[in-house]
Amino acid sequence: MIKRAIALLLTLAVGALFASLLVGYVPDSELNQTARYYAERTAEDIGAANIVTAIIVTYRGLDTLGEVTVLFISAAIVGLVLAQGRVLNNAPQQPRAPVSELLSTGSRVLTPLILLLGVYVFVNGHLTPGGGFQGGAIIASGMLLLLLADPLKHFSHQLIAVLESLSGLLFVGIGVLGMLLAGGFLDNRLLPIGQLGELFSAGVIPVIYSLIGLKVGAEFSSMLASLSETSDTTEET
Amino acid sequence: MISLAQMAMAAGFILILIGFYGALTQRNLLRMIVAFSLANTGVHIVLVAVGHMRGRTAPILDAAVPAADAVARIIDPVPQALVLTAIVIGLGVTALMLAYALKLHARKRTLDIARFTELKW
Repeated sequence: MIKRAIALLLTLAVGALFASLLVGYVPDSELNQTARYYAERTAEDIGAANIVTAIIVTYRGLDTLGEVTVLFISAAIVGLVLAQGRVLNNAPQQPRAPVSELLSTGSRVLTPLILLLGVYVFVNGHLTPGGGFQGGAIIASGMLLLLLADPLKHFSHQLIAVLESLSGLLFVGIGVLGMLLAGGFLDNRLLPIGQLGELFSAGVIPVIYSLIGLKVGAEFSSMLASLSETSDTTEET
Repeated sequence: MISLAQMAMAAGFILILIGFYGALTQRNLLRMIVAFSLANTGVHIVLVAVGHMRGRTAPILDAAVPAADAVARIIDPVPQALVLTAIVIGLGVTALMLAYALKLHARKRTLDIARFTELKW
């Protein structure tokens, strides 16, 4: 009881802090200096219609590389932690009720469409809201659908690992090529910038974002696969 | 008058508080993870709300927002880029927490935080 009261008091104190922030908040009426630079220069320098994409892939491309690395490390740790002590799959699986016809057919119809949507989102990342991370998450949601429809399904970890490391290597490789052939690391002017608003524009941004999409999709899928494989082996021990 | 940004910001702060309170009072590890995710979402909403500006549109250049007058027409793109990063990292953190929760459950057969006393003083 006392613990609960203390927690409530702490929450109220933090809430009071937040309330003072909220009351004192005055929205900007002008873009600040950084945002103004991005708004003015993106069309000319980067050629991407989506300014957020221009910031993420080119202006702050190095940070995105770091972000992808963090994601990779967390996927690797999830795999490592869950792989320890995993019962090898020789243990007899408990017989389960077969997956219903509706569920399996429905997931077979929906999964390719979900994958297509994911690819669409990351290929058009420089034009529309969306991009590699969102597209990758959509692809992983297709994998999640497969896993939910058939919990015993096994994904090829090898395929995921190859896809993931290949796209990561190509991402870094394009960055280094930008250093050699264009203005600097991850410079998008490796390819012609083209016409603003077209699919083949903004230099290498669509290529990099597609690679990020594949990488993120593979990482999320490997996390899902590790989590689901663990749950169906530890249940029985 | 209360603007859209302030409403969104208030909602975000409330989510943070719910998550904070939940993380302090819940004893089940999974519920604590849910609480952390709630607080995380609240932070994202607050950050996006900070970038919102009245009467402006999304930072995407097209026929409606020509590049020439983008400065006067778009909202701040920087918080959105930041939140995109934060969402992805938040997901990685959540996946890690879930993996550790699974591992702890495999060892102790319980998710009650009060039963994990090794680091208690």
